[in-house]
Amino acid sequence: MMRRAFKNIPAVVYVALVYLFIFMPVAVLVLFSFQDSLLPIPPFQGPSLRWYQAVFSDFRIMGALGNSLMVAVVSSALSCLLGFLAAYGLARYTIRGSGVVQWLMVAPLSVSYLIIGMGLLITFKTMGIPKSLIAVIIGHVVINLPLAFAIIYSQMGEHQANLERAARDLGAAEWQVLVLITLPLLWPALLASFFLSFTLSWDEFIIALLVSRFDVTLPVEIWSLLRSGLNPKTNAVGSLVFIVSIILVFVTEFLVFGRRKSQ
Amino acid sequence: MKPMVEIKGVSKRYGKTTALSEINLTIDEGQFFALVGPSGSGKTTLLHILGGFVEPSSGQVRIAGQDVSYLPPARRPTTSMFQDYALFPHMSVGSNVGFGLLMRKVPKPERVDRVAKALDMVGLSDMSTRRVHQLSGGQQQRVALARALVVAPKVLLLDEPLGALDLNLRRQMQQELLHIQKKVGTTFVHVTHDQEEAMSIADVIAVMNNGHLEDIGPPARVYMKPKTLFSATFMGESNMFEGTVAGRSGETIEVETAFGRLQVSGAAEPGARVNLSIRPEQIIAAGGDTRGPVPLGVLQVAEVSFFGTHHRCLGRHVNSNHPMIIRLPQHQAAKPGDKLNMSVQQEDIVLLMQ
Repeated sequence: MMRRAFKNIPAVVYVALVYLFIFMPVAVLVLFSFQDSLLPIPPFQGPSLRWYQAVFSDFRIMGALGNSLMVAVVSSALSCLLGFLAAYGLARYTIRGSGVVQWLMVAPLSVSYLIIGMGLLITFKTMGIPKSLIAVIIGHVVINLPLAFAIIYSQMGEHQANLERAARDLGAAEWQVLVLITLPLLWPALLASFFLSFTLSWDEFIIALLVSRFDVTLPVEIWSLLRSGLNPKTNAVGSLVFIVSIILVFVTEFLVFGRRKSQ
Repeated sequence: MKPMVEIKGVSKRYGKTTALSEINLTIDEGQFFALVGPSGSGKTTLLHILGGFVEPSSGQVRIAGQDVSYLPPARRPTTSMFQDYALFPHMSVGSNVGFGLLMRKVPKPERVDRVAKALDMVGLSDMSTRRVHQLSGGQQQRVALARALVVAPKVLLLDEPLGALDLNLRRQMQQELLHIQKKVGTTFVHVTHDQEEAMSIADVIAVMNNGHLEDIGPPARVYMKPKTLFSATFMGESNMFEGTVAGRSGETIEVETAFGRLQVSGAAEPGARVNLSIRPEQIIAAGGDTRGPVPLGVLQVAEVSFFGTHHRCLGRHVNSNHPMIIRLPQHQAAKPGDKLNMSVQQEDIVLLMQ
């Protein structure tokens, strides 16, 4: 046993270094958000909540936070709705070329946000859609729809089709099949794709920067704060964004993997 | 008896492949009807056409006198018991059973009452509040049966429902299905690839192959007097051999075979090549020079295996070298190398249609 434990030491050290590398920047960010001086650099003084107070009393940041929440909720809901409809159609009906349709649905996942953002910028310009939060919502639907579709589609297998068939056999009309069988069974997948979309929309920066102007989302606001130099206030906002993301990731994990374990 | 299901000239084509060709079939009210055949024979497609999950390419389906050929499943007087049971995992056992009644807008007090009776019928009266995944495979099976029967369908369609169970449980469920069917009197249409299962539970069985009906009739008739080569092979082991018709007198023909000249009931023109079949257990075999009604010559035993109810002997006919299978009674053990005199009752030699 002892020998085995010693053998494992290099592995443990290696893993520790990897995690240190990954989490160090975040840890530093969070730590210096509690800094009690004007610069977020060592030595650490504090802890103090003064910068959080500053953040919560800054109406620009609070406005951006509200915008971010609104954009995340609306774009995630739209992504889930459209993703569900596409998945239902492709899973339940045999359509000529459905493989191509499916591929085209998921393909945007492989395109960088910068390219999508530029494409949207040009498209919106030609169509006369002004830079606005609505444009950001559309942009976020573009990036999140493939994900929502993929997650929901993967849960609509043969087994679920059989359950829907059984419901029809017992006299259920199409809307009853949808409401009483399909949706309740897809609930975890729908929630998972909603929260995942929410997380991605919540800290998405490039598209939001490119297609918004006066009303901006929180990541864009943080970026403009950063342009005026380092400041523990930006650390505080960043920590807030990070905490919300972490909570969402845990909720998603719990909904998807927690349920799978219990089944 | 009234016909409950009438299938008239039903065909189903998928592109260029034909899944069913010109099926004509009548199932009487209250009958336990089994569709049996190998996979790909079209039995499941036919069941799906009855249930409304597949539309026929041509032909007509009538259930209880009503043309249902193009009605959706929800509007047919049929319910199904599926192979994977298809119980709703997010509902309790009671809600599963009550689902069909809810869809038919049966008022709650009556619904509760009927669900209780249905669960009682399948022996699960105290399971109503359980979750589906808390039940064993056999219990899920019963819930599926109760759910399908509680709405009092005219016809219950069973899509290989016993396929996933182990042998003992399967035999037990067969018995139970038979018992429940006799009790409720509903017409059952049961699809299976297990010919023993079909024979043991059905009043009438239909043997299907390559999208058409090979044979249809009561199990004993289909087994002992199969109509076609396929049905003779599919319904159990058989000794098949060819012969030439030598003569004909009324209902009987004389056939020249490797086993000598045999009298067989049936009709065929003299000179024609015909296929004959004899079931292994119908051959009487003994040492010495015992002579039965129709002597078949001598069998040289090559392999013997014991099956509990009988000894199965593989061997060859001494004169013609034709391979044969026979079944000997438990107490009549044989060993490789033995020579046995074979004979058979005349009516057990079956003339198969070409």
